[in-house]
Amino acid sequence: MAISMTEAAAQHVRRSLEGRGKGEGIRLGVRTTGCSGLAYVLEFVDELAPEDLVFESFGVKVIIDPKSLSYLDGTELDFTREGLNEGFKFNNPNVRSECGCGESFNV
Amino acid sequence: MALLQIAEPGQSPQPHQRRLAVGIDLGTTNSLVAAMRSGLATPLPDAQGRVILPSAVRYLADGVEVGHAAVAAAASDPLNSIISVKRLMGRGLADVKQLGAQLPYRFVAGDSQMPFIDTVQGAKSPVEVSADILRVLRERAEASLGGQLVGAVITVPAYFDDAQRQATKDAARLAGLNVLRLLNEPTAAAVAYGLDKGAEGVVAIYDLGGGTFDISILRLTRGVFEVLATGGDSALGGDDFDHAIAGWLIEQAGLSADLDPGAQRHLLQVACAAKEALTDADSVTLAYGDWSGTLDRAQFAALIEPLLARSLKACRRAVRDAGIELDEVEAVVMVGGSTRVPRVREAVGELFGRTPLTDLDPDQVVALGAAIQADALAGNQQGEELLLLDVIPLSLGLETMGGLMEKVIARNTTIPVARGQEFTTYKDGQTAMMIHVLQGERELVSDCRSLARFELRGIPPMVAGAAKIRVTYQVDADGLLSVSARELGSGVEASIQVKPSYGLSDSEIARMLQDSFAHAGDDKAARALREQQVEAERLLEVVQAALAADGERLLDAEERAVIDHEMQQLRELAAGSDVGAIERQARRLSQVTDAFAARRMDAGIKAALTGRQLNEIEE
Repeated sequence: MAISMTEAAAQHVRRSLEGRGKGEGIRLGVRTTGCSGLAYVLEFVDELAPEDLVFESFGVKVIIDPKSLSYLDGTELDFTREGLNEGFKFNNPNVRSECGCGESFNV
Repeated sequence: MALLQIAEPGQSPQPHQRRLAVGIDLGTTNSLVAAMRSGLATPLPDAQGRVILPSAVRYLADGVEVGHAAVAAAASDPLNSIISVKRLMGRGLADVKQLGAQLPYRFVAGDSQMPFIDTVQGAKSPVEVSADILRVLRERAEASLGGQLVGAVITVPAYFDDAQRQATKDAARLAGLNVLRLLNEPTAAAVAYGLDKGAEGVVAIYDLGGGTFDISILRLTRGVFEVLATGGDSALGGDDFDHAIAGWLIEQAGLSADLDPGAQRHLLQVACAAKEALTDADSVTLAYGDWSGTLDRAQFAALIEPLLARSLKACRRAVRDAGIELDEVEAVVMVGGSTRVPRVREAVGELFGRTPLTDLDPDQVVALGAAIQADALAGNQQGEELLLLDVIPLSLGLETMGGLMEKVIARNTTIPVARGQEFTTYKDGQTAMMIHVLQGERELVSDCRSLARFELRGIPPMVAGAAKIRVTYQVDADGLLSVSARELGSGVEASIQVKPSYGLSDSEIARMLQDSFAHAGDDKAARALREQQVEAERLLEVVQAALAADGERLLDAEERAVIDHEMQQLRELAAGSDVGAIERQARRLSQVTDAFAARRMDAGIKAALTGRQLNEIEE
């Protein structure tokens, strides 16, 4: 079971954490919502919960709760640019279908 | 697929419910747009990676160019390339003519008092030109954030009056932007540094741009920034530093001072490059034609010293206007590209006795603060209760009898705000009332600025003083005013949205404020006199009306002569300026008419009772 980040994503997370001035790392997760059932969570982490699992990628901590891990196992977080837009993208091998915008998905 | 941003813990947005909002610094020379991304305020660059959009618009027969291309064309096509349009926002044709010498455009009068600029695409108002700049920024933001914007926070100078704010808001609407709020530029800079989250206290914002200098003194109390004083110099900036270096170069190289425009432009470019290099380097080598030489920081500092001294003088004046001491200023924020010059930072630090804040890019800091505010206003920061508020720069009020300004909302009141006051009619049977909306600090209407007039009609005829007219002033979160008047008995109502046709110049606002302090004593005396005069006139009218109705019937010739005499006395005194004498004479007139008034009342009661049964009256 593993979660990873591309180097670009790790760099961007590191810079964001520095700019924010605090934070342990970044949380990846899923919650049940949205038009296709599940939605991604991408948040800064200030405090770890006891059940949290921690992965490390390019020196940056990726934090995930065990329930989310079952939906995200093997996911790679990437940081990309599309035209002027830039942001994070979940490359999740478990996804069967996602809504047009990709903000929510189904496994 | 949508690209995601990092959220604060527990605040991941619902899918499709990210509310995209941006902050826009709509500047005189340059504009930029910023947004919150992954928890940080970030400027949004264009496709070439450029963050800054020059505030320039060029009208072509078949299109519009905005930004760098328009600036480049300014020399070759000056009539159609509009720069520094912000100076024209909310101004009338008369104001613009004063600026005229500096502006190459052909102005034409329109339907309103707004000045229009004649271009190859026809007449363009400053609002339309600003809208073209905002439209480019909106499109850039939507491409960058991947969706439609919920709205924008746009910054304006603290000294912008209602007309200039309204013009800015109109421009935004024209550009398809929903304005979440207009925010004062110095307030935005303070927010960018997180000062709104800090302790309460006084903050100075030192804003030295390319061509203008602004100093603002703000006080933060319970999350509200109150503008204590503003000042500056509308013709002082980094361009003057370039000219100082160019002058030195001409002297050193033994050049003739009257260079042709091309050579002058080249010289200024060399000077500007040297200035920028000296931000990091201790000395720099300049070359112009055959000549080359070295300029070091100390020499550069000496060259700009007179310019710097002017800005520091304005700072001291603003601090004094704010009624505080220099050491009460708890933080100094640097804004504007020219504050990169090390000597500027040093001098400002010496003046205030503390190191100025310079961590954020001084060209971006205003837009970044606006982005933070926009994000909060769009509802993306759950748990943030405290929303930054702004204040009214000059008091709002209305004209009362005798040409006096009655303040309804005082200066520095936080907005949004609604305040009401009750007024009454002045004459018997008065059926209409003129509401004259004013802005300013002085007591006399003639010293304040007229914003609007409207009439409340259809008041039922009543005796003077019986009607109750409630006038409500409402200022929305952007500082824009609407006024309504309602007669409480009949419910007749009238209202107006204040959209003044033109505004005051910056120096006029500053002057109005200073005048109000300087003339506080005179104003009070003038007010007392006018109030006494109005009271005298009212009394004379009442007595006159009574005499006309019952004078013949109830007074003998002698009594009548006494009253006429005292009335004449009062008339004469009221034309003068002795407040005490007018008051005494008014009292005298009341005394000599007491008996007459009593007789009228008796007669009135008798008339009412005549021919009635006792039981009718008891009912």
